[in-house]
Amino acid sequence: MNQNKYLRDLQDIKDIMSRSSRFISLSGLSGIFAGLFALGGAYAAYQTVYSGQDYLNHRYAVITRESLMTLLIIALVTLALSIGAGIFFTSRETRKQNEKVWDHQTRRLLINLAIPLVTGGIVCLILLLKGFVGIIAPLTLIFYGLALVNASKYTLNEVRSLGIIEIVLGLISLQFIGYGLLVWAIGFGVMHIVYGTMMQLKYKS
Amino acid sequence: MKHLLKDLNKAFENKVRLGIMSALVVNDYLDFNALKELLEVTDGNLASHLKSLEKSKYVTFKKEFRDRKPNTRYSVTKEGRSAFVKHIKAIEQLLK
Repeated sequence: MNQNKYLRDLQDIKDIMSRSSRFISLSGLSGIFAGLFALGGAYAAYQTVYSGQDYLNHRYAVITRESLMTLLIIALVTLALSIGAGIFFTSRETRKQNEKVWDHQTRRLLINLAIPLVTGGIVCLILLLKGFVGIIAPLTLIFYGLALVNASKYTLNEVRSLGIIEIVLGLISLQFIGYGLLVWAIGFGVMHIVYGTMMQLKYKS
Repeated sequence: MKHLLKDLNKAFENKVRLGIMSALVVNDYLDFNALKELLEVTDGNLASHLKSLEKSKYVTFKKEFRDRKPNTRYSVTKEGRSAFVKHIKAIEQLLK
């Protein structure tokens, strides 16, 4: 009869350990939407960079002062929409599970996500202002991947492998810079949708 | 069987104390309110169990002020950690 009590104890221990140390209400939907916004952003960026060129000939990435501004605006809008979707779906999920949205797990997750991410953002901004446009897309992938790997200790396990994939994609596109935007669309768009769907299916039931 | 029961720690027999230890071993520290929300217990209940764990030297705390409000951060001691690990190992052995 004690057997059952100890079995329950072990279950409780595991449950409390994971609830107290990991943020588990991450919504798969937020990943799917972030991916869709990223694809939209990548398409808009593609149109801006390669605009007004003959479709049949070899095309150059043309970046002028104005198009640089357009690109920045596209990037900011994409970022804002993705973060907005993330906050919306995740807080909805958290309320559903009767957990607090803003507790120490959330804080710890966000801080650990932010350290590599903000560093990367500043690095990219500096390089952008110095005119190194081509390596921005690969670098955002790499820093985003590092941020995910760093934050994965405090949330669902899937985040870690997603981070590693982003890093690898970033390194590949750094080598083949001409495909930067394409790989960026795969990393931020397709991968988010794939992982979002996977997590939605796995944790929804 | 006898020697296994010896390793089971009386201090962790209680559900709340077991919960406190589980939460603290995977976190650097937790404050009183975080523990309260996590374990869904009343102030008095939590305080008395924390006190007893403190007495066994399994848990320590640090009082400080955040935004002029007192805030107590609890963390597990080295003794507490090893006692807890021993306790879990004993349970696992029992269930085998």
